[in-house]
Amino acid sequence: MRSFGDLIDGGVGVLQLEGIEIRQDDFTLRADLGIVPGARVAVIGPSGAGKSTLLGAIAGFVPLAAGRVLWAGCAITQLGPAARPVSILFQDNNLFPHLSARDNVALGVKPSLRLSTSEAARVDQALARVGLGGLGARKPAQLSGGQQGRVALARVLLRAQPILLLDEPFSALGPALKAEMLGLLAEICAETGATLLMVTHDIADARAIADQTVLVDAGVASGPYPTGQILADPPPGLRAYLGSV
Amino acid sequence: MHHARSLARAPRVPEPARVARWAALAAGGVVALWLLVLNFGALGAVAWRAAGLSALGPADWAALRFTVVQALWSAGLSLLLAIPVARALARRRFPGRNVLITLLGAPFILPTLVAVLGLLAVFGRSGLVNQGLEALGFARFNIYGLHGVVLAHVFYNLPLATRILLQGWGAIPSERFRLAASLGFGPGAQFRQLEWPMLRELAPGAFLVIFLICLTSFSVALTLGGGPRATTVELAIYQAFRFDHDMGRAAALALMQFGLCALAAMFAWRLTLPSSLGGGLDRPVERFDRGGWGGRALDGSVIVLAALFLLTPLAMIAARGLPHVAGLPVEVWQAAGRSLIVALGATALSMAFALALAHAILALRGAGAAALEGLGLAALAASPLVIGTGLFVLMLPVVNPRDWALVVTMLVNAGMALPFALRLILPGLREVVATQGRLAASLGLHGRARLMIVTLPRLRRPLGFAAGLTAALSMGDLGVIMLFAEREGATLPMQLYRLMTAYRQDDAAGAALVLLGTSLALFWGFDRWGRGRAAA
Repeated sequence: MRSFGDLIDGGVGVLQLEGIEIRQDDFTLRADLGIVPGARVAVIGPSGAGKSTLLGAIAGFVPLAAGRVLWAGCAITQLGPAARPVSILFQDNNLFPHLSARDNVALGVKPSLRLSTSEAARVDQALARVGLGGLGARKPAQLSGGQQGRVALARVLLRAQPILLLDEPFSALGPALKAEMLGLLAEICAETGATLLMVTHDIADARAIADQTVLVDAGVASGPYPTGQILADPPPGLRAYLGSV
Repeated sequence: MHHARSLARAPRVPEPARVARWAALAAGGVVALWLLVLNFGALGAVAWRAAGLSALGPADWAALRFTVVQALWSAGLSLLLAIPVARALARRRFPGRNVLITLLGAPFILPTLVAVLGLLAVFGRSGLVNQGLEALGFARFNIYGLHGVVLAHVFYNLPLATRILLQGWGAIPSERFRLAASLGFGPGAQFRQLEWPMLRELAPGAFLVIFLICLTSFSVALTLGGGPRATTVELAIYQAFRFDHDMGRAAALALMQFGLCALAAMFAWRLTLPSSLGGGLDRPVERFDRGGWGGRALDGSVIVLAALFLLTPLAMIAARGLPHVAGLPVEVWQAAGRSLIVALGATALSMAFALALAHAILALRGAGAAALEGLGLAALAASPLVIGTGLFVLMLPVVNPRDWALVVTMLVNAGMALPFALRLILPGLREVVATQGRLAASLGLHGRARLMIVTLPRLRRPLGFAAGLTAALSMGDLGVIMLFAEREGATLPMQLYRLMTAYRQDDAAGAALVLLGTSLALFWGFDRWGRGRAAA
């Protein structure tokens, strides 16, 4: 399967949310912003503000009422989730529980799971890269929470999509494991040059990994702001949220 | 940027997700069409061929009255008897409790004729009960007629009702029983406050399900009923069609049966039907009301009586049949082979139908989905004899229906099992879509790959259970085949019926045991496949 990135030569992969508007019942979220390629962006804001919804819109799971999502100058709004230049990790259900770790990663290469020898070798390499060499035959239930996260990251690595969206996939892990995952994540982003958007409730995460921050509050996603700056001097909405943390 | 622009202008390739959606809708549409033909087309064909309906005579109205009366008795008695049994099972823990609860699921897959033979061995003219009565100097009990039909239906549906109610008892939070104990509730107060509300909620649905099942009773009435005083409408259709060759009357009776079922189904629509016919319900509730010796003795005797009532007939079949299996005539084995093919074919069809319908229901959503689901469940109230008669009439101008007896049986069996299969598979598919739909979509898993890699493995358990039910139901079904088949093309239940009516008791007992064994083995095999290597 050709990734979207193959079609753009030397793509200046700016991710642009051009006047988008999401409406769900009485909930509205607007965004008009751009993210430069290779940026690492924390998406923060109060619970229920629409952080996951924003990621869902970029990934193609949430329809837009208005506006366009553009990548490298090209509208991707009409494309289905798999055709977008995006990898996404959800809060849970990032792995198929009945498939082995290897198959779960291999789905990132070919949804039919009919891999050539070289493709299979790439899958094993990706597993080894995230520290799971030799554990490919295990089912997710036979892996620890951290190892499950690594399987999902191995698939992200292999798909090598230019945009990576994280909807708090590591929130259930303990602090040490989460830090380990974020470290691995930062390495993977550096290797693939992917643009990262990461929903987080943890200001420390934002500080540790994200140089920029998008703020989602009161129906508007704004930014990106330099993370250090906005955390040092938060606007009122964020200040209230941070105060309650 | 040049490539980017050319991409934007390029003709849009049909997206795999959209293709998959249309494929699901198309497959579901084909199944829906077939169901419409089955449920309504067949009826229309009967009416059309009849060239006018014959006036219904007093015997036909008597059949209608008998059908309703026996169904009311059967449903009422099953439910009434199920209440103490379910209550006792919910309150007590004893060795073999789980086995007993599993066995409560068995009558559902038990071939009707086998059950009838077993009941005859116990309650028949020279059965255990009559031998006992005679030894004590009492008059004999006659199983034929209304009470025999009701007895067989209670034998069938008491376990079903018990399982439904047992689930109700299991659903009452144990904290409430604890609260009741701390407030010093007596048995009466506890029943009023905790158990009666549950029964009031579940009982109407359970009653209606059993009533519906008994409305379409054919083979029980064929073997234990009959005569002017104990004929169901289904049986009357068969007689009008097969013996009187009176299409007008068959059509009028078919319309009557259809109206009856439609009326009952309309009531069922308003009530929530019990959702589970199987599944594990083995959680004994921690309770504080076990009472003293009196209560224990009462519960114990209820359980023993119920177990005796359900198990003795089966034990009699096994004991009487076993010596005669080896000496069975070759026609019995040939019939068994035919039945096996029909059962496996019906199972494959029914699973395919259920999967197609379930996918289409999820693709549609809203009113369309509800209509499709209703159509899938409508067969619950459909009459196999009406459908069989209609198909016969539709085929007659084109082919000789008797050559297609097995295929028609297969198709009708698949349609009859569809409500159960759909009930089992649809919730599973909903869950797969809810938990893994986004992941599959984000990885571009659509169509065949998604079905093979994600959906089927995740649905293995309900699929196995549904396939087991379908195979066993089809294996033991004696219905449509009686309209179509000639002497040489018989299925095993039909062969068994012939042996019974020819008073070849030994061969009948042997054939019944073969039928019982095959049905149970089919169910066990499929269900086992579903549970095997159960994924996390």
